[in-house]
Amino acid sequence: MKKTKNTLKRILEDFYLVLIMVFLYAPIATLMVLSFSNSKSRTQWGGFTLRWYGEMFESATIMTALQNTLVIAFASALIATVIGTAAAIAINSMKPLSRSIIMGITNIPMLNADIVTGISLMLAFIAFGISLGFKTILIAHITFNIPYVILSVMPKLKQTSKSVYEAAMDLGASPLYAFFRVVFPDILPGVLSGFLLAFTMSLDDFIITHFTKGAGINTLSTLIYSEVRRGIKPSMYALSTIIFAAVLTLLIITNFAPQKKFEK
Amino acid sequence: MGSLIDLINVSKSFDGTLVLDDLNLSVKENTFVTLLGPSGCGKTTTLRIIGGFEHADTGKVIFDGQDISNLPPNKRQLNTVFQKYALFTHMNIAENIAFGLKIRNKPRAYIQDKIRYALKLVNLDGFENRSVDSLSGGQQQRIAIARAIVNEPRVLLLDEPLGALDLKLRQDMQYELIRLKNELGITFIYVTHDQEEALTMSDTIVVMNQGYIQQMGTPEQIYNEPENAFVADFIGESNIVHGTMIRDELVEIFGARFACVDKGFGTNAPVDVVIRAEDIDLVSPEEGTLTGVCTHLIFKGVHYEMEVTTPDGFEWLVHSTDMCPVGQAVGIHVDPFDIQIMNKPESEDEEAVGVNE
Repeated sequence: MKKTKNTLKRILEDFYLVLIMVFLYAPIATLMVLSFSNSKSRTQWGGFTLRWYGEMFESATIMTALQNTLVIAFASALIATVIGTAAAIAINSMKPLSRSIIMGITNIPMLNADIVTGISLMLAFIAFGISLGFKTILIAHITFNIPYVILSVMPKLKQTSKSVYEAAMDLGASPLYAFFRVVFPDILPGVLSGFLLAFTMSLDDFIITHFTKGAGINTLSTLIYSEVRRGIKPSMYALSTIIFAAVLTLLIITNFAPQKKFEK
Repeated sequence: MGSLIDLINVSKSFDGTLVLDDLNLSVKENTFVTLLGPSGCGKTTTLRIIGGFEHADTGKVIFDGQDISNLPPNKRQLNTVFQKYALFTHMNIAENIAFGLKIRNKPRAYIQDKIRYALKLVNLDGFENRSVDSLSGGQQQRIAIARAIVNEPRVLLLDEPLGALDLKLRQDMQYELIRLKNELGITFIYVTHDQEEALTMSDTIVVMNQGYIQQMGTPEQIYNEPENAFVADFIGESNIVHGTMIRDELVEIFGARFACVDKGFGTNAPVDVVIRAEDIDLVSPEEGTLTGVCTHLIFKGVHYEMEVTTPDGFEWLVHSTDMCPVGQAVGIHVDPFDIQIMNKPESEDEEAVGVNE
């Protein structure tokens, strides 16, 4: 009796898990399946094809948008990582009260609704006479990326004891050498995951980009948005599939990177 | 006599709290000096000022005749062993030890020799390629010492290096440190709150409290002739009682007169009397200078710890290998040279400074 009860329990548990997975991933799976379907219909399977992928790679607009997206994601993540790491080091050496105040302030942009951040950035650019375009997108992305970098570097800094830095100085290292040779390797996992997080956030962003991009330039997300309004093309499914796969890969790396030991 | 390090009128405060007040300290070459005191007494701050990690608000640090007050740590000819080891975990043991030598651009062969020599010195031969994480606390501390001494500093600063180790290991390391100091022939400045550590290893002990030096002397002087109640109380276990100096070499405690060896306190002067717990001899009530009743008895292993209450209500702490059961009347006898007389401090400030200044 007991054995059947247990089996039943396990089946119910598994069923529940599958249900949740279906709920979460069915829409994305649909998109992926349709991106390989040789038919413009959204309900019928027309056989397997890579046509939409081919069309996508041949389209100059899509390729330009992809290039913009990657350049902005990489550049903004890199700059945000440098600024954010420096900021985290400064914040970490502050007195407890000022530290928690500054941490609160840096967290606000993350909690703020994207649309508010987007509109206010747009207004600020216009108010200061900066014409909207590639550089405003870049500045906007750096802005919203910095808090993520600070947040992922901070715990690593807290683990690193100050005496390691002092020991390096004691052994004759200049402050700069001591930092790069001794402190930096300790916080490197945090810096890397901050970079990857920032890269993903930038890749992912639509709302803030939408408000700060101006005319004549598109990233993938804004391009898809404008294409969809004109009637959706299956090559957009292919594009979305690739974006999803890229973001998923990055997230997996971000989550597993800090646990791996960084040997030199 | 020339000294290697001199601290002159050094004061330091953190956020308005005075940690060191006009401190003067001089350390001779090739000595083992221990800064001893309770936490917050300023001993670690003193060490950090010598190491260059803190800068004194006022005063000077003189090293071998040179004013080094404003030199950063990396420009000072001394090395530090930190309380929490502070090893570089992403480097192996050899790389840790070579860190300082590489900065000084020493040749490869020299560095290899030095690593081997240092590991031998701390009894960890063959540990070159081990990772820091694979070492026990005691081994990590040895590596920290090796990393410091390969740079041939003239002074080694040690900030409670044995604090995190267990008792047995701590005792072993105490002997190791004495041996190291003798083999290297350099000056050790050691910070601890552990009086036993200080007494075991030091040539000179500097007892500190509230940012002041209370007493400076050899372990024997500090233990046998404490200059004030703080030192007497902090080192060893003592009975500190109020007494009256009747005349030279005679003191009255609770109406009983004890012969002692101290002179020059005047006649009928109020004084503090220090008697070590182990210096009290328990005798039969008829033979005792004072009589009381044993009120407390604990077996401590090496000795018994007892409390003897005299009629005036004072509880005398007694350490003795002879046991006296609770409730039994007993006499107290103290040999003259075991009685230490001190001037009474007249204010709390004076108590902190120490009366002999």
